[in-house]
Amino acid sequence: MMNSQAGPAPAVRIDGLTVARGGRTVLHGLDLTVARGSVTGLLGPSGCGKTTLLRSIVGVQQVAAGRIDVLGAPAGGAGLRHRVGYVTQAPSVYADLTVAENLRYFAAVLGAPAGDPARVTAEVGLAGSEHRQAAQLSGGQRARVSLAAALLGTPELLVLDEPTVGLDPVLRQDLWELFHRLAEAGTTLLISSHVMDEAARCDRLLLMREGRLLADDTPAELLARTGAPDVDGAFLALVAGAVDRTPGSPS
Amino acid sequence: MNTARTLATARRVLAQLRHDPRTLALLLVVPCLLLTLLRYMYDDQPLVFDRIGAALLGIFPLIVMFLVTSVAMLRERTTGTLERLLTMPLGKADLLLGYALAFGAVALVQAALASVLTLGLLGLDVAGPTWLLFAVALGDGLLGMALGLLVSAFARTEFQAVQFLPAVILPQLLLCGLFVPRSAMAAPLRWASDVLPLSYAVDAMDHLAAGPDITGALVRDLVVIGGCVLLALALGAATLRRRTA
Repeated sequence: MMNSQAGPAPAVRIDGLTVARGGRTVLHGLDLTVARGSVTGLLGPSGCGKTTLLRSIVGVQQVAAGRIDVLGAPAGGAGLRHRVGYVTQAPSVYADLTVAENLRYFAAVLGAPAGDPARVTAEVGLAGSEHRQAAQLSGGQRARVSLAAALLGTPELLVLDEPTVGLDPVLRQDLWELFHRLAEAGTTLLISSHVMDEAARCDRLLLMREGRLLADDTPAELLARTGAPDVDGAFLALVAGAVDRTPGSPS
Repeated sequence: MNTARTLATARRVLAQLRHDPRTLALLLVVPCLLLTLLRYMYDDQPLVFDRIGAALLGIFPLIVMFLVTSVAMLRERTTGTLERLLTMPLGKADLLLGYALAFGAVALVQAALASVLTLGLLGLDVAGPTWLLFAVALGDGLLGMALGLLVSAFARTEFQAVQFLPAVILPQLLLCGLFVPRSAMAAPLRWASDVLPLSYAVDAMDHLAAGPDITGALVRDLVVIGGCVLLALALGAATLRRRTA
């Protein structure tokens, strides 16, 4: 495999993950690994099971079958709860509290250092808005408060569900720069998106469709293998079955 | 259980209330207004006011706390903050006790205001010790809170949560002995009354109103109320699942 390496266990290793919701199978025996210190993009149309996969990795999803190891331990274990940061798709912060009050509370729950709320506020570009109530912020600002809360306590793995949706291009670029800075400092990031043009910003791509993995590649390899001009084209080529699936992955 | 996380949760819930002064005012003022109204309804029947007033001093905190807590906890579930907290190192007991501390403090203030008003200005005549009346009112507030936390697990929307008030509290109100003495009810109704916690709240207030002594029956009532609070909190904790479908 491309990303097999000596040293510590991968950030995420999934074997045969199957999840059923409401009597319907939404993930069909997924196998994948996410290397430490990488920015991995999880791409696919909405409804393809991205959120269910991310929920399984943070350990809040009931799983029908399969094994998920996160940072070398079974997903959802008590020891992982301050090592993994999770940002849900809808901002999960208290709308009736100020930015600072939200972050102070989550920092207290995590036992994060006292200076952490100020640090993460600056990292997501919300300095100066500390004393505004979350309900008064724009959707994009609220999403960044939610992201800031996940950065508290400097988790080793960040699981972000569509963190850049609805943000203006300048902000999106700022956030992607932040993600790469975090990765350089050793954090592993798994970021879902249904916007294919964000793929180029990732070290590695997981392409999903209808609960199955279409590809697990670097962006360059994916384009080279499919001969497509962009990730959208690569996705279509893979769906059409014009090329083989990732070498080594079970068919 | 972790004291720092429990206290942080209580502080956070109180901060949310502070940002919502209208709810806070309703919580504290409405019971006082209703008790005042009752006093003038029974202007020429002071004995009836003594009996019903004492019982209502216990019932109002229960109803108000039930409503506020069930909606607050439901909101925690629907906005995703509960899911976030459950991915963090926060114990279920930390969360529930944090809520219990915060709303318990509000129940304390509410019971103090209502007691001072009814015993002082409105001239409610209670034979038992005032501090005990206050303690029963506080216990009822905590019971309402614990029941509210529990039922919030069974509501998907705020509409449903509010409907649990008539569904869960009103039957208890009808059977608690306020309208018909419990001893005069048909046997099946009395049995139902025997297993409903509000009956013991009203019973305790009746004992306090009737005589100055702390009787065994009164102590039993208080123990039942305390036991119901703990039971409802424990059941509430069981409904908090880290993994959901």
